[in-house]
Amino acid sequence: MTIRWGSYKVKNLYDELLRASGRPRPAAQALCSYLRSLKDVEIEEYKVAAESAIHVMGITFTVYSEEEGSIDRVWPFDIIPRIIDKKEWLTVEAGLKQRVQALNLFIDDLYHEQRIVKDGIFPAELLEDSKNFRPECVGVNPPLGIWAHVCGSDLVRDKDGVFYVLEDNLRVPSGVSYMLENRQVMKRLFSEMFEQYAILPVDDYPSQLYDTLAALSPRQGDQPEIVVLTPGIYNSAYFEHAYLAQQMGAELVEGSDLIVDKNNIVYMRTIEGLTRVDVIYRRIDDLFLDPEVFNPESMLGVPGLMRAWKSGKVALANAPGAGVADDKVVYAFVPEIIKYYLDQDAILPNVPTYKCIDKQDRQYVVDHIHEMVVKPANESGGYGMLIGPQASKDEREKFVRLIRRDPRNYVAQPMLILSTAPTLIDNHVEPRHLDLRPFILSGEQTNVTTGGLTRVALRKGSTVVNSSQGGGSKDTWIVDMEAT
Amino acid sequence: MTMLSRVANRIYWMARYLERAENTARLINVNTHLLLDLPKRVRLGWEPILDITSRRDYFYDLYEEADERSVIRFMVSDTRNPDSILSSLNLARENTRTIRDIIPREAWEQVNSLHLNTKSNARSVMTQRHRYDYLRSVILGVQTISGMLAGTMTHDEGYDFLRMGRNLERADMTTRIIDVRSASLLPDMPEDLTPFENLQWVSVLKSLTAYQMYRREMRQRIRRADVLKFLLQQENFPRSFYHALCQVDDCLNNLPRNEKVLQILTKLQKKLLQAKLQEFDQQKLHDFIDALQLGVIKINDSISKNYF
Repeated sequence: MTIRWGSYKVKNLYDELLRASGRPRPAAQALCSYLRSLKDVEIEEYKVAAESAIHVMGITFTVYSEEEGSIDRVWPFDIIPRIIDKKEWLTVEAGLKQRVQALNLFIDDLYHEQRIVKDGIFPAELLEDSKNFRPECVGVNPPLGIWAHVCGSDLVRDKDGVFYVLEDNLRVPSGVSYMLENRQVMKRLFSEMFEQYAILPVDDYPSQLYDTLAALSPRQGDQPEIVVLTPGIYNSAYFEHAYLAQQMGAELVEGSDLIVDKNNIVYMRTIEGLTRVDVIYRRIDDLFLDPEVFNPESMLGVPGLMRAWKSGKVALANAPGAGVADDKVVYAFVPEIIKYYLDQDAILPNVPTYKCIDKQDRQYVVDHIHEMVVKPANESGGYGMLIGPQASKDEREKFVRLIRRDPRNYVAQPMLILSTAPTLIDNHVEPRHLDLRPFILSGEQTNVTTGGLTRVALRKGSTVVNSSQGGGSKDTWIVDMEAT
Repeated sequence: MTMLSRVANRIYWMARYLERAENTARLINVNTHLLLDLPKRVRLGWEPILDITSRRDYFYDLYEEADERSVIRFMVSDTRNPDSILSSLNLARENTRTIRDIIPREAWEQVNSLHLNTKSNARSVMTQRHRYDYLRSVILGVQTISGMLAGTMTHDEGYDFLRMGRNLERADMTTRIIDVRSASLLPDMPEDLTPFENLQWVSVLKSLTAYQMYRREMRQRIRRADVLKFLLQQENFPRSFYHALCQVDDCLNNLPRNEKVLQILTKLQKKLLQAKLQEFDQQKLHDFIDALQLGVIKINDSISKNYF
């Protein structure tokens, strides 16, 4: 069978490639007719070629199992790309820059005067019980006043076709390496399409990341020594850590490779002796960074790293404490945060969010729990959530109790109908839900990836896109229709 | 680019464990054949193998008797024995895994599949009929990895650490084989060998795949003094002790801050070359070999301390 768009139904939701009539959107026309022209065998060939490319390139993520130890899994990849018109993308890009700029101002304010609290915009009690506010960071001035150098924001489209920000990841967001590798695979497979379309490139990310990091070096003028700090091979994102280090020509280090001397200088142990380190792109959570200050049991971190950072002898990206702004309760305030610091309206809307700490909102959530998605403030990876419409009565009641007991820790959002895109499932094309994670780099300049990582929920009807829970990915094409 | 101490350390141990797996496979192979050649009354059985690897006591904690089945299981597939082939390959794999970004991909895949195959076919080593093939596949597997690394890995400092690990492990194993094999011979008859003792020296050479090279090089019948000279002092034979030291010497000369290690190494080389092996009786040989092994340990420690 070849791909027949006739049997592909778009109903009551937004599809990335097709309109409700079943006809391709303008930017997807050439792709859809190309896909239609492919024979069964050719599609099969593409699939096999994609799989073998992924295998050969070693694009994996790590899953730990008791039996086999840690195993590398190949990251499932769908060969049908998602296409976004450049005109639409420019607005998204502007919205992301605005958002991250405001968040950085917000973080810096929280660790200094806390004007936003004093001015009554952000409730003091939220700050008091924030799990990610680090008192150790109060008064620290990181270079350029920036805390979140690398941000990964998750965007979804609802049935109205509008992009909403679902959450911001300001701690150690991952996935960018898959975005880069997906493009490499697609260029090998669909080179004809790259000739037909003006697809904007994505590959400058590693050099932009390098520049962002290099600008933070405390020893300006010299060639900075930049390292990527990984928790090690058992971390699910180890592939990415190694990949980015390689792409930037930086050293991939573990905590035990680094030491801090009594003058607060950070060194790495090399066969030539100790070499000074200027910038650490750390992929370890705050609480494991420095056993002298945080979790004393941490084997992953480096004793003394916090004092080195505070005294400005080494730069950390992202800065410790940046996570205070990626909590799901803070998220609900982002429109007000943008207004407060930039005096602008948010370009990219938030998903309407009910803050359970607010009495009226809480009542609304409890009354409408069957149609809400309830999220704990500080979990990531889709854990600890309630999806109201799919949950059992018991689960819903359990969440009502949880909310009443600890309202500050919960927010709720109406259930969105995530957009879909045609996805190859056993030689058929079926709609699957997806999201988009662009990455925003903040330094002397702000850069947004062209598109980002599109994650697909491969299970029918599912909206969980996490790689650990049955998600896959697609290449994301931002196409300039005026140039074609 | 600078090389992290941790990375250098893991490359070094990857090479050591691979070499250990190969040497163990050689050892078992040769012992199997030797036992077939010796008459029953002089058969030494499998205990010497335990002595070579200094695991006799540990073995008897786990097994009752040093019969063929038990010793082979202990040396090949028993992961409670940290020197078994499977343990060595497992450790080699774990070390390689953590430096996947440094090692060429094909080499990593080869290490990985060698470990998997050795593990899943482990039962076949228990029957004599399949044993040879099984052990040969281990030896060939390790040789393939060495070849791949030689042909695809940049010959930078990392490669020097790899060669040092391999050669020190090899040097160590060569002395162990000589020590145990010679100690089990009848003492004080250095010039008057019985045919069976002769066989034993042949087996020493064969454990190290040195038989053919010995014949070409020495052009005479197998004699204790010559075998010792060949395996310890010969410069060109790749499994001889002296050759291994020269390789390490060569690597060290490419590395920074090498003075201390080189000092220890040079001392050992001198001691080795000055020894008059033909005059050594059994006890003296044993003491000498002890000294060589201590020397290897000292070099290993000095490398660790200096670089890792």
